[in-house]
Amino acid sequence: MSMEMLRDVVKNVLSEVDVVIGYTEGFDKVHATPLFINTPEQVDRLIWSPICVHNLTTYLPSLKKKVGIIVKGCDSRTIVQYMQEGLINRENIKIIGIPCSGVISVKKLTKAVDYANIEDISFEKDGKINVTTDKGQKTLALTDVQPDKCRTCQYPTPVIYDHLIGDPISSDKPKESVYEDIVEFDKMTLEEKLNYWLKEFDRCIRCYACRNACPMCICQDSCIAETREPHWISQRLTTQEKLMFHMIHAVHLAGRCVECGECERVCPMGIPVNKLKRKINMDMKDLFDYEPGVNPDDKPPMYTFNVDELKIKEHKIG
Amino acid sequence: MIEIGFLKKENLQAFLKELAAKYTVYAPFAEEDIVSFKPLAEGRDICLDRPANLSPKSVIFPQYETLFKYSFLKKEDSPDKVDIKLEEQMDFKDTVIFGARPCDAKGFTVYDRVYKDSDIPDPYYTGRREKTVIIGLACPAPSPGCFCVSVGGGPADKEGSDILITELPSGYVFEPVTEKGKALMQSSLIEDGKASLQEAQKKQEETKNKVKNPFTKTGKPEISQKIFNEDEFWEQALSKCVSCAACTFLCPTCYCFNITDESRLKEGERIRSWDACMFFHFTLEASGHNPRPTKFHRFKNRVGHKFVYYPEKYNGVIACCGCGRCIRYCPVSVDISKVVDDLCEQSAETNLTSNGGKA
Repeated sequence: MSMEMLRDVVKNVLSEVDVVIGYTEGFDKVHATPLFINTPEQVDRLIWSPICVHNLTTYLPSLKKKVGIIVKGCDSRTIVQYMQEGLINRENIKIIGIPCSGVISVKKLTKAVDYANIEDISFEKDGKINVTTDKGQKTLALTDVQPDKCRTCQYPTPVIYDHLIGDPISSDKPKESVYEDIVEFDKMTLEEKLNYWLKEFDRCIRCYACRNACPMCICQDSCIAETREPHWISQRLTTQEKLMFHMIHAVHLAGRCVECGECERVCPMGIPVNKLKRKINMDMKDLFDYEPGVNPDDKPPMYTFNVDELKIKEHKIG
Repeated sequence: MIEIGFLKKENLQAFLKELAAKYTVYAPFAEEDIVSFKPLAEGRDICLDRPANLSPKSVIFPQYETLFKYSFLKKEDSPDKVDIKLEEQMDFKDTVIFGARPCDAKGFTVYDRVYKDSDIPDPYYTGRREKTVIIGLACPAPSPGCFCVSVGGGPADKEGSDILITELPSGYVFEPVTEKGKALMQSSLIEDGKASLQEAQKKQEETKNKVKNPFTKTGKPEISQKIFNEDEFWEQALSKCVSCAACTFLCPTCYCFNITDESRLKEGERIRSWDACMFFHFTLEASGHNPRPTKFHRFKNRVGHKFVYYPEKYNGVIACCGCGRCIRYCPVSVDISKVVDDLCEQSAETNLTSNGGKA
């Protein structure tokens, strides 16, 4: 795709909407930051590269305006899910889709360069990354520092868009690979799994970055984590309370999570919170043959029911 | 009496063990790539080569603490009446924080003015603070987003530390700052370090020169009241904020808290837990009215508290230590130093002409 084409499309879209949301350079070379474009002059600040990691659609439900938005394949599924749940008015959104061949995980990248300060980074066409740090040069493969979601990505090209920048890319990752890690994880005993999560959630500081960055977390200011009525979770910082919050978060996303991985990406304590949501999604797929955020006409399983659920024996009479 | 000490690298573990006999020793440890301050324990390796993800603030100002326990008791002589029994929870241990960066140590001085040296000292904070000795570690290199030198600190700033240590290839140079610090240098493992002081100071100076100053106009965060009070500025600058508490909870100078009663039938605890001004509930009033209803109002308060209100109250001291955590770990890379820079008069004018708006 070309930057020029992206800027032209954004300029055109800007004439039809109040704001276009894209990416611009952040505080250093590996961090992009969301850019809210209100004027044509701001379009020049747009960037596009594997550092454009955020799922920008998270802003859509709260913006009561006409919005243009730049999406990757994975992000686009959120819009489909919003449509299924009636959270946005499709007519108010102009979707600028970009086929994506993978983004970086800043956490993996900083670890790969041994926590040296990254001064510059460049991405080659063949999937190599050149990183300059205060300790020297290093060449890495993009695939080694990608978030887990990219490794099994099924939707590199947005599933919904008004404008597509560049040629569509089709996935070369086998469909069966998507939940391979979860199947493997599930082989642990219940006790092992409990101990794993207690150890992970012990680090949680309850900053709710996972919740607030999550595009499908729509309760926001009414979240059960902070309400006093009902008072399900106390303000104590015990592992038990943290586990409770994360379980509620995960169950609330059953059959709704589009697996954009934002919860895990934004966690300042490096907790693999997306694993819980993916486990539930895997089961939802198995039980209801439902995949969130793919077809706008689908109905999320928890929004409806069949008298006879094919895979839930308990519901059958006689 | 050794004025400047030196601890050989191979003696670090032994020194910490020696301290642990008398104190609870907190030091930065890495677990699953995340560095945080934890009590010394077998099998944990100290991580001093990069700043901790979490500052050590929770050692003195815990993320949650029980202020007191309460229980309701029936009066024996008149069973229709109820007595309340209160149990104070104030048991503070002698503690050492080892390896706090100067920004982390400076953070505690921001709390001190509010909780310790004020007219009504906070007994919980003061109790812990007075029993804690802080061994600061001169910062070996700046981290992405950090800017200590432009908010009154520095990578070898001694404010807040009881001892400042500087790492050299063979060991650590100990510079005592307070009497509390001097007392810790009695250890037989600490040798005379006068000969290494110059080398340590040279290293400190080198690091200082590498720290960026994000305030492009006057080198200082001099906020223009006019821009600060424009709603439009905040809407432009903070549209991307997701209103979580990563910035405040990771911040070594954020000290706001919430108090809740966590009850069970006839007993309960009154606890104090960190609160964050980025949350909607932070200023939500019982009537339902919220004076800071949007994330723009809330971020304005965060910047205001650190760069305007606190300095007004405490002789110009900025309540930001420039550690850069809120920038590095923000889900959407909100850069508070950029926001403050944009709030400075001259920089805003530049923005207005080049952008047609204040981005």
